[in-house]
Amino acid sequence: MFLTQGTFSYLPPFSDDQLLAQIRYAIDRGWSVSIEHTDTPHPRNVYWEMFGLPFFDLKEPQTILHEIAKCKSEFPDHYVKVNAYDRSRGRQTTAFNFIVNRPKPEPKLRIERTERQDRRILYTLTTSN
Amino acid sequence: MLVIEDQVLEQSRWKSGVIPYKNMGYWQPDYKPKETDILSAFRFTPQEGVEADEAAAAIAGESSTATWTVVWTDRLTSFEDYQAKAYRVVPVPGTPNQFMAYIAYDMDLFEEGSIANLTSSIIGNVFGFKAIKALRLEDMRIPTQYVKTFPGPPHGIVVEREYLNKFGRPLLGATVKPKLGLSARNYGRVVYEALRGGLDFTKDDENTNSQPFMRWRDRYMFAIEAVQKAMAETGEIKGHYFNVTAASMEDIYERAELARDIGSVIIMIDLTIGYSAIQSMSNWARRNGVILHLHRAGHATYTRQKNHGVSFRVISKWCRLMGVDHLHAGTVVGKLEGDPKLVAGYYDTLRLNKVKADPSKGLYFDQDWASLPGVMPVASGGIHAAQTHQLLHHLGEDAVFQFGGGTIGHPMGIAAGATANRVALETLIQARNEGHDVLREGPEIMEKAARWCTPLRQAIDLWKDISFNYASSDTPD
Repeated sequence: MFLTQGTFSYLPPFSDDQLLAQIRYAIDRGWSVSIEHTDTPHPRNVYWEMFGLPFFDLKEPQTILHEIAKCKSEFPDHYVKVNAYDRSRGRQTTAFNFIVNRPKPEPKLRIERTERQDRRILYTLTTSN
Repeated sequence: MLVIEDQVLEQSRWKSGVIPYKNMGYWQPDYKPKETDILSAFRFTPQEGVEADEAAAAIAGESSTATWTVVWTDRLTSFEDYQAKAYRVVPVPGTPNQFMAYIAYDMDLFEEGSIANLTSSIIGNVFGFKAIKALRLEDMRIPTQYVKTFPGPPHGIVVEREYLNKFGRPLLGATVKPKLGLSARNYGRVVYEALRGGLDFTKDDENTNSQPFMRWRDRYMFAIEAVQKAMAETGEIKGHYFNVTAASMEDIYERAELARDIGSVIIMIDLTIGYSAIQSMSNWARRNGVILHLHRAGHATYTRQKNHGVSFRVISKWCRLMGVDHLHAGTVVGKLEGDPKLVAGYYDTLRLNKVKADPSKGLYFDQDWASLPGVMPVASGGIHAAQTHQLLHHLGEDAVFQFGGGTIGHPMGIAAGATANRVALETLIQARNEGHDVLREGPEIMEKAARWCTPLRQAIDLWKDISFNYASSDTPD
């Protein structure tokens, strides 16, 4: 499976310069950047592991780029995601996020169908490597 | 003596018979609206021989307490409070014999949390009143106190994004085409292809209910198979708007419950089911954690003509109060009516927390939504990938772009059409974040992506010259 979560999954992987531009966009808007990783690409897997706390005060994109590289090298077989968070009133939510590392090969999502009455089917998605 | 003169005046106000509305207290040019008043702006065309002031007073009267003749029973009430007051009348520049009336209504005139009640007053009998040739409700100011009697959208923009795990870009959808005639099994094929290709949503059309060629239950079963399979292939949450519109509330509930039971994240209803049914379904959607999409079927019968009806910005306000998560609100560039500035006014009304009066957008009043969640506007109807930069410019990020024909009509197939739309969107968001002016540079940016994305190449080649350039019927003054 090719996991298509995130804002830019249909684009080719970003170069460092492209990555920096996105981080700068977030910082310029007062959004805090954070890094997360997981080995479970399930669509309902909300809480990926945090790679440290969000960079609330960090204004230097280069340092964040360095942290992203560190996360990727520590977890080469995990998905790694960069988040930009908007704490402003009325939002208080993720502004955008995108995947910067993928396991090779990516895990498969299996779909299990359990037949129930009246032609209803119970669908269960499970991750398996 | 002064006292006696007053008495005589009073007597003439209460003398049996017919007197001008103006003289009954419905025209009060000195009235200062209270913070808690509901305000309305009406555009009106009086019949020949009817003065503008009198017509405005009649509109205030007929939309509140008045009847055509004097009734002594008014005197059993605190009528000064219950009478609506026309407090300002201004001629519309450049349009002879057309005026704007501003009318204030005391909040006690309206039942809490009921759009049916609000509209039975404000657009009840008054639109058929003979002394007025044409009448249009242009805008309303809903005071915070009244806003707070409505729970609003069951989820709203932020919760929907968090629930679906989709951030930083408009959502993408497609209405299954042809909207009538497909069997349930073939219909599900379209859903599957569009979702696996990269769309977030597919959608039943407004009149896709339960016809002889495809009954609702069969459609639901095949469509959910398609949704689940596309989710397994992408690891992304996907949805199909199951239209639960039906003849009765019992039927609507039955369909909504099945959609919920089989795991759909979203259902849809049509505006044609009526205001109370919409509020019922809003309650249901909140109880059941299902996103509620509203298709504005039928609205143009009363929103399109500038001189008569109800503006769509008012409908947008009512819909936000009634509580829907999605509402079709125009595309600017597509096949359906929509002046760019007025559409911006609808989008502001649906999304912002505080909306400033702005005549150029048709917004007549400041509106404070007091943290009522925002409604996700949906752009649908005759739009395609090559217009994505214009859509992003006009409509912004918190919206659903629905490319029906623009996905299903792709020469390489439905999934390729979906991919073309998603790539066009993502590449433009990337460029925008990098500081590019997407409106100006959009075609060039998409051309660049089309070099490595053949589906986008073909979509642009096929549709780039397609546009619907007609003058709007409804425009700002």
